[in-house]
Amino acid sequence: MAAGVGKTYRMLLEGRQAQEEGKDVVIGYLEPHDRPETTALAAGLEVVPRLRAQHGALELGEMDLDAVIRRAPELALIDELAHTNAPGMRNEKRWQDIDEVLDAGIDVISTVNVQHLESLNDAIFELTEVRVRETFPDGILDEADEVVLVDLSPEELQARLRAGKVYPKERAGVALDNFFRADKLGALRELALREVAEDVEARRARRPLEPLSQHAVTERVLALVEPQPKSQRILRRAWRSAQRFGTDMDALWVRPSGRSPTEEEATQLAALRRLAVILGIHFLEEEGDDLVATVRRVAEQRGSTYVFVGTPDESRRREIFGGSLLSRMVRELPGIDIRVIANRADRDRLAKE
Amino acid sequence: MIALAALSVVLAAALAARSGLRLRGPHAGPRRILVPFTGGTLDPTVLDAAIRLAHAENATLVPAYLLLVPLRYAEDSPLREEVAVALPLLEAVEHAALRAGVPVDARVEKGRTPTHALERLWDEEHFDRILAPAPNGRGGGFTAKDVSWILAHAPSETIVLKPDPNGAQQAA
Repeated sequence: MAAGVGKTYRMLLEGRQAQEEGKDVVIGYLEPHDRPETTALAAGLEVVPRLRAQHGALELGEMDLDAVIRRAPELALIDELAHTNAPGMRNEKRWQDIDEVLDAGIDVISTVNVQHLESLNDAIFELTEVRVRETFPDGILDEADEVVLVDLSPEELQARLRAGKVYPKERAGVALDNFFRADKLGALRELALREVAEDVEARRARRPLEPLSQHAVTERVLALVEPQPKSQRILRRAWRSAQRFGTDMDALWVRPSGRSPTEEEATQLAALRRLAVILGIHFLEEEGDDLVATVRRVAEQRGSTYVFVGTPDESRRREIFGGSLLSRMVRELPGIDIRVIANRADRDRLAKE
Repeated sequence: MIALAALSVVLAAALAARSGLRLRGPHAGPRRILVPFTGGTLDPTVLDAAIRLAHAENATLVPAYLLLVPLRYAEDSPLREEVAVALPLLEAVEHAALRAGVPVDARVEKGRTPTHALERLWDEEHFDRILAPAPNGRGGGFTAKDVSWILAHAPSETIVLKPDPNGAQQAA
């Protein structure tokens, strides 16, 4: 999110955990910022020595890319992904170094603040009036196996700043009046949260889950309708359930083969279609004489997990001799929940009797 | 002569199709009483009167919630938030009618204004009688202008029901 929230600390925690699990972990580059908690957490992890680069009168310590690749650990911890390398290094940017490390077959955990994301540069400028120079392409984030948000409320971050945990205490006042103002931090936090939420959503869309897992997390509602007034109720109730599941919904009318709807049925169908448009439901019409077989085929095609039906208008005689429609549905639609939409007024009628 | 009659029928059907008109014969089913309402409210006294009338006439009650599509949305946009307000009310109205033993065939119709939605509905379906709630003075339902328009344009016998001036409860 921003400097001081604990990104480096979190990276080191992940590294230590991986080491405890038996992984070969090294620190490729660490920016301890003279924070004692961070330095303490790094103790015990192997550090690849920095490369000394002379820049005018300054001696800069950069990540020794070749040394990290030669060391060939399973996991390298490389801080500050958006960092610009000192002149004369092979790559201009650290994210380019990280690309090479990844190409060498080494896993990497890195850290970055949300304001360095290239696509957010203008938005960050508008929010903070600070033009961030060190940016990295959004594609890097897309390629990451996992993005972890290190979140801290603006108040907590300001408290850390005042306590000298982010910068030396003498710099805290200036920082609090500028970049670390509560409103700016709040806006940055919102940006970071939104970015990670979008990333999670994009990953879901891009990388489908295993079919079994997909079934566990994705619901899809199918409502069976007929050209009858009660189908309006079925559609409405099913829609409300679909809203609760946060899922898409289909409505299906199975038209008996070779029979055109009567005028009354056509009116009912038109009304159902209009309601489907208003509710954003996909209205499907299929021809078939075997209702259950048709529902099964459509449910397979659409990935339906819930089927909503009205109370069947079956005579007792037909149920005994022909078998109950609901029993057939339960038997022939395995793995699909079936819900019967009742007429709630019947409940009151029963209570009166 | 026979050929001419056949040609006339074909022409009439073609004209109807081109102009979007529907050729509708006399309604053969049970009588249908339309009770349109809008703005998240239907006065209980209006609902009671509509149910009594439907009962007396052995008619099907058609409560219709008229949804308004704001101008910033396309007319065919799904209106999930507005519908979330309308459906529980429609459900309550349907429940009350069914409890009284009156068959119900509920509708949700949309339009830019309540009268636009209403016109769409009666262009699509036949109603033997229309029961329109008069303005309730509390806002949310039909305005006096809407009611004047309904009386001037309704295709069926229309009754305007004045809500109970002391009633402040919603049907739902």
